[in-house]
Amino acid sequence: MKTVGLNRSHSGSRRRHFMASVRKHRLHLLMLVPVMAQFLIFKYGPLYGVTLAFKEFRILQGITGSPWVGLANFRRLFTSYDFINVFTNTVTIACLKFVFGFPAPILLALFLNELRFPVFKRVTQSISYLPHFISWVILTGIFMEVLSPSRGPVNALIRMLGGEPIFFLGSPRYFRSTLVVTGIWQSVGWGSIIYLAALGGVNEELYDAARVDGCGRWRRIWHVTLPGILPTVTIMLILAVGSLVDDNFDQIFNMLNPAVYSVGDVLGTYIYRQGVTNMDYSYSTAAELFRNLISLFLVVSANFVSKRVNEYGLW
Amino acid sequence: MNAHEAAKRPRNRIYESRGEPVFQAALVVIFLLLSVTFLYPYWHVAVTSFTSPDYASASGFKLWPRAWSWDAYIHMFNASFLWSGYLNTIKVVLLGWSCSIVGVVLGAYPLSKRDLPLRTLFTSVILITMFVSGGMIPTYLLVNNTLKMRNSYFAIVLPHCISVTHVIIARNYFMTLPDELEEAAIIDGANSWQVLLRVMLPLSTPILATISLWVIVSNWNAYFNCLLYITDSSKYVLQVVLRRIILTDSKEMTAASEAVANSTDTDIVTLRAASIMLATIPIICVYPFLQKYFVKGMLIGSLKG
Repeated sequence: MKTVGLNRSHSGSRRRHFMASVRKHRLHLLMLVPVMAQFLIFKYGPLYGVTLAFKEFRILQGITGSPWVGLANFRRLFTSYDFINVFTNTVTIACLKFVFGFPAPILLALFLNELRFPVFKRVTQSISYLPHFISWVILTGIFMEVLSPSRGPVNALIRMLGGEPIFFLGSPRYFRSTLVVTGIWQSVGWGSIIYLAALGGVNEELYDAARVDGCGRWRRIWHVTLPGILPTVTIMLILAVGSLVDDNFDQIFNMLNPAVYSVGDVLGTYIYRQGVTNMDYSYSTAAELFRNLISLFLVVSANFVSKRVNEYGLW
Repeated sequence: MNAHEAAKRPRNRIYESRGEPVFQAALVVIFLLLSVTFLYPYWHVAVTSFTSPDYASASGFKLWPRAWSWDAYIHMFNASFLWSGYLNTIKVVLLGWSCSIVGVVLGAYPLSKRDLPLRTLFTSVILITMFVSGGMIPTYLLVNNTLKMRNSYFAIVLPHCISVTHVIIARNYFMTLPDELEEAAIIDGANSWQVLLRVMLPLSTPILATISLWVIVSNWNAYFNCLLYITDSSKYVLQVVLRRIILTDSKEMTAASEAVANSTDTDIVTLRAASIMLATIPIICVYPFLQKYFVKGMLIGSLKG
């Protein structure tokens, strides 16, 4: 390496410079070795396994030895009734969660921002963050009690008002709404933090000016507050659109049960069952590749659109 | 202008003061209701866990146990699988935390050097993984079949131990530290390792503490990798033990765990509640004290993102 650098006169000085820099930073480069190894093995290694989507996996031959089958797995995927159902569920649940879940923390932040009692405000906030720190395994256990048709307080309330008890976690009619509502319950508080920070950064003088111009509370929110947090909203919107098909796996994976497969089975849980439970590795890799491509497409296009419309983008 | 403002102000204040108390009162009521909605589910489960099994399946709101009973807790205290779950989770948290901190520091410190050769390349290698990933099955086959890490806690910890965001946050922090400190240490004869250990790390305790909190919480709550890679039930982490208690129906559970072998369906309600409590109590205990650091950390993280 060194002699080559010395012999080539035109690129020699640049190479010498580079080698000197490598020598100077040799310990720094050494430190990077385990980190790069982790990324290459555990993040880039699986990328090689993606070829499975175009192969028929034979356990004895491994990924490399398994025969290529072209698009057979994808053909099977797109003609399978299960997959079409799962894809529809993913899109429906994602859209519901997006429509109701995205504005929820913004609304919470706006109302918290109007609240005048600092101690009360802080306590409320802290309480609302708590579910974020509790795993969906435990939250599912809690909701099974609270939403239980026989023991749960929610159904006691419904009965008190004269309704029939609802099996929220086990009836196909209500399962999606249950996912949306419990999802908001879990994430709304934590999600509001970033908007509250953005609200704190809105220039006070603008409020005074609006007040001077005779704006009431709602018009002040509309004309000063909302434009003030628009950059944050945009960035969160891009992130939300990008993760639309990632379908909050943790929540659905734990809440899903066979009674509601028809409405609640989504790409993530389907891939897990086909791959890990049924060991149909090639097929589920194809399903996952399909999902990841959609996801990548969504992030890139959301970023593109947002840059076009108002110049705020992730990159 | 000033006179104009002064003339307007009083009228405005009168206008505001008429609506304001009503509005604030409405907000307080709304937020009280919200707080109840957030807190009641935990309370409900807590009360259920202390209720005698005979009353546990009663319907409705539970503000206080109708008949006190420690049965569920006594049962769970004797359940070895719960305690081995606890112990295993602590092992995973410690292992995960050490791998993450070492990984983040070793990644962030060199990348904070502006003249590091191939710095852009290394940074890109890390950043690209935020958008492109092989996915669940290829990773599973790699860890399980190729690397043969089944039933080792390294399989739980290693695949995710270095978070891209944590590396970037720590790198940005290192970049804000003055170069003079490092130069002074080098003049005193320290090499890069010594600079890192004796100068940079002590100065970056706030950011490392924040990252530690994130890593510890996520390892404490993690269950998925354990579900994938751990088949030996004596090595299950707490969340997986709980998942079995909570999600499997009563029959399967009786087969699965010795502690509930003689229990009836009503017992299971209180046992579930007690196990949920036992797993949540550590978080609820430390939460009030650490909550503000999480919020601070979250804001540091999002400024970058």
